[in-house]
Amino acid sequence: MNNLVLIVVLLMMLALVYQIGLVRSRKVAITTSGSKVRLHSRPVYHGVLLAIWTVVPAALIYAIWNFLQPGIIESMVVAQLPPEALAGTDNDLRILLRRITNLSTGFGLTDEALPYELTAAAYMQQLRVTGQTFMFALIASIAAAALVFNWKRIQPELRARNHVERVVRFLLIACSTVAILTTVGIVLSMFGEAMRFFSFVSPMDFFFGTTWNPRFSTIGASGQTGFGMLPLLWGTLMIALIALAIAVPVGLMAAIYLAEYAPSKVRSVAKPVIEVLAGIPTIVYGFFALITVGPFLSTFGATLGLDIRATSALTAGVVMGIMIIPFISSLSDDIITQVPKAMRDGSLGLGATKSETIRKVVLPAALPGIVGAILLAASRAIGETMIVVLAAGNSPVLTANPFDAVSTMTVTIVNQLTGDLDFASPQSLVAFALGLTLFVITLCLNVVALVIVRKYREQYE
Amino acid sequence: MNMEASNTESTSLPDQTDLAKKRDLMQQRVSRSLKRRHNQETRFKLMGMAAVGTALAFVLLLFVTILSKGLPAFWQAHISLEIYFDEEIIQIDEKPVRMVNESEAAFNQRMLAWQTQLGFVNFNRIILDAISKEIPEARDYQRDAMRLVTSGERFGLRNMVQEDPSIIGTSQRLWLLADANVDVWMKGNINRELGDAQQQLSARTRDWVDELEAKGVLKNRFSTALFMNPDSRSSLASAGLAGAFVGSLMMMLIVMFLAVPIGVASAIYLEEFAPKNKLTDLIEVNINNLAAVPSIVFGLLGASVFILWFKMPLSAPIVGGLVLTLMTLPTVIIATRSTLKAIPPSIRSAALGIGASKVQAVFHHVLPLAIPGILTGSILGIAQALGETAPLLLIGMSSFVASVPGTPFEQSTALPVQIYLWQGNELRNFFEARTSAAIIVLLALMISLNAVAIWLRKHFETRW
Repeated sequence: MNNLVLIVVLLMMLALVYQIGLVRSRKVAITTSGSKVRLHSRPVYHGVLLAIWTVVPAALIYAIWNFLQPGIIESMVVAQLPPEALAGTDNDLRILLRRITNLSTGFGLTDEALPYELTAAAYMQQLRVTGQTFMFALIASIAAAALVFNWKRIQPELRARNHVERVVRFLLIACSTVAILTTVGIVLSMFGEAMRFFSFVSPMDFFFGTTWNPRFSTIGASGQTGFGMLPLLWGTLMIALIALAIAVPVGLMAAIYLAEYAPSKVRSVAKPVIEVLAGIPTIVYGFFALITVGPFLSTFGATLGLDIRATSALTAGVVMGIMIIPFISSLSDDIITQVPKAMRDGSLGLGATKSETIRKVVLPAALPGIVGAILLAASRAIGETMIVVLAAGNSPVLTANPFDAVSTMTVTIVNQLTGDLDFASPQSLVAFALGLTLFVITLCLNVVALVIVRKYREQYE
Repeated sequence: MNMEASNTESTSLPDQTDLAKKRDLMQQRVSRSLKRRHNQETRFKLMGMAAVGTALAFVLLLFVTILSKGLPAFWQAHISLEIYFDEEIIQIDEKPVRMVNESEAAFNQRMLAWQTQLGFVNFNRIILDAISKEIPEARDYQRDAMRLVTSGERFGLRNMVQEDPSIIGTSQRLWLLADANVDVWMKGNINRELGDAQQQLSARTRDWVDELEAKGVLKNRFSTALFMNPDSRSSLASAGLAGAFVGSLMMMLIVMFLAVPIGVASAIYLEEFAPKNKLTDLIEVNINNLAAVPSIVFGLLGASVFILWFKMPLSAPIVGGLVLTLMTLPTVIIATRSTLKAIPPSIRSAALGIGASKVQAVFHHVLPLAIPGILTGSILGIAQALGETAPLLLIGMSSFVASVPGTPFEQSTALPVQIYLWQGNELRNFFEARTSAAIIVLLALMISLNAVAIWLRKHFETRW
């Protein structure tokens, strides 16, 4: 509550100082003789600059002080406690400090307070009051000094706008580094944890092992086995391939129809409706796979004499295929419409039918872009998590049968990190090694796809 | 090709009859091939229509499935009982009032002691008394009778007394939530022909349910529990979305206040100020990539940076919000950049031409024009973050939380995570519908966000 009040006070100060700057600036614009002087910057900038110079240092001090004060007060209180109070363990000390804090804030205790606790509480209360007073005094004096000093600097020739703009530019740059820091963070954190994992398990066993069966074992125990990634990689690829086998024909044909044949009314309805598929959360697809698609495929397989499990690579693949249809159809649609009209006209003029024009002229011209779209969809399918968590059956074995349950890299990451495992054990750390692998695979797919699409765009622009 | 052939031949005329024959032959060939080609054309077009149809059918199937499963769950079995707050059963002291010279701690202790006393009151007996008013033989079969009302309702009654002890000794008619299994039986979500061994309720309870339903005492009423209660595992019928909703709301607010300003600022810098060189090229590639990085990787980042390094609390909305912020950032940046790109350079030139600085030109002239586009992109990004599940699981949000979080640092779940938890509940007959209902709530939120975005785009976006 106290902090909230202070923040409000700071904001009000900001507004007030801004006004002071504004007034001062308008005043210096008119000289004693009454004639107007040209200011370098508009009065607004003088106000803003004064506000920045006055309030930012004060706010900084406030933040630092609040960050340090509790620790300092605590150690000062501990320092004057009698030796018998310090006899216990760390935990006892924490409880004691808690009691003293409760006493000093007036919250009180449920039992009788010991005399030294009362004195410590009084001391703490006194320290807190002194600290607060000092802080206010410091902030007030610094703000006042900055105000006076900078108020004097407001002169017609002050390049206030340039100063303010430099601050703005600095803020903008700071913001744009966040995205870079994220990438750096992803790479460093995953690399670091993966390296810790590889100190338990050799990279050869991890990347080329064919059994995934990590057992619980104590930290540091040698001979960690069962960390072979291949079954997971294969499961991931199989599901992605099934998904592409569904999404590519449907998505591509839908894109061709919408771009080349559909009347504009159909197009304006069908295109956004198909794109709805891209906006539905993946957990919803997972649930859909679990309660509708899985049982349907299972009974359908039974009528054909096939043994299809309700949660299998096929179920997950089919539903994931539905999910990535819009990725392929929208991107392909964009790319097909970008093929120059002259190429179509040429083909039609020679007597080719529309479908011949599309198949022999438009598609070959659009092929690089479509390949890019397919690669992007593939990367989406490989990194997809919730559908496979719910619908793939979580059985990490090497199998070529799409009707069997499989497991993927993403499922395993979730499984390894949501249990009650110690973060330092290889069973948890393997998630980061898998994540790094996943990151590299999708990164390669994305970069290739982006390069292809960009090249293609340049070709026809 | 065929046409060209016939043309060349008609120019050189060797023999009339021969020529006519040849022309006939040619025309036959052409018309045959034309037929084939036209058939091909129709087939191709039909394939296209079939593909669009398939895609639309999938959308329809998805929505019909979810709606048909989920809508009934918004109405839940309630039982109307005459509850008498019996002073014989509720024997408690006066509710403590804080005295003038009492410290807060001492008062809290007295209050807790009173609440403990209240906690020992057997509210089940009050419910049983009320049930036996409807079914006289209920007293002899307490176990069967208590299966009618969900176990959480006794805490509901306790809270009523705690709020206002003066209701002791009075009676009022209340709609209490029926047990989850009663709901399942009433709605026919379990096969009624199954034998006793496979039924969740005893034969006697089932008969009672049918009897009470016929009397109108048991009824499907709109389920406020679904919206007002947090999750529950002991009393399945009263499990609700309140905790998940508040958790999601907090995360969305964090995303809104972090991702949007940071994203817009970096987009402005990259689009308007950054010099075009190798470094900015790299940043651009980096942002495009970040947008396509699987969401689970962001979860790993959150787990290792926020949880392991910064020791932030597990399962807290603040961590979830930060992770989702990082995930949404590229979306916001890309949307803002494309909006800025679409604003014609003449506007910048005009501002610069009359003496504005670059910052002034951007902030006074370009940015106001870009606001609708930026808002649309940001809302779409937030909607996407709202539905994200995988990264939240990795920062500990898969744990069961039975409270509504008060601050972003407390344990919480989120809507998509709640869906994940509910779909795994053992009582499938009940939770399949309730999960679908939760999905409907989530989709409704996302659709409204998207509708706002579309509306903004339609009404404010200028096409240059």
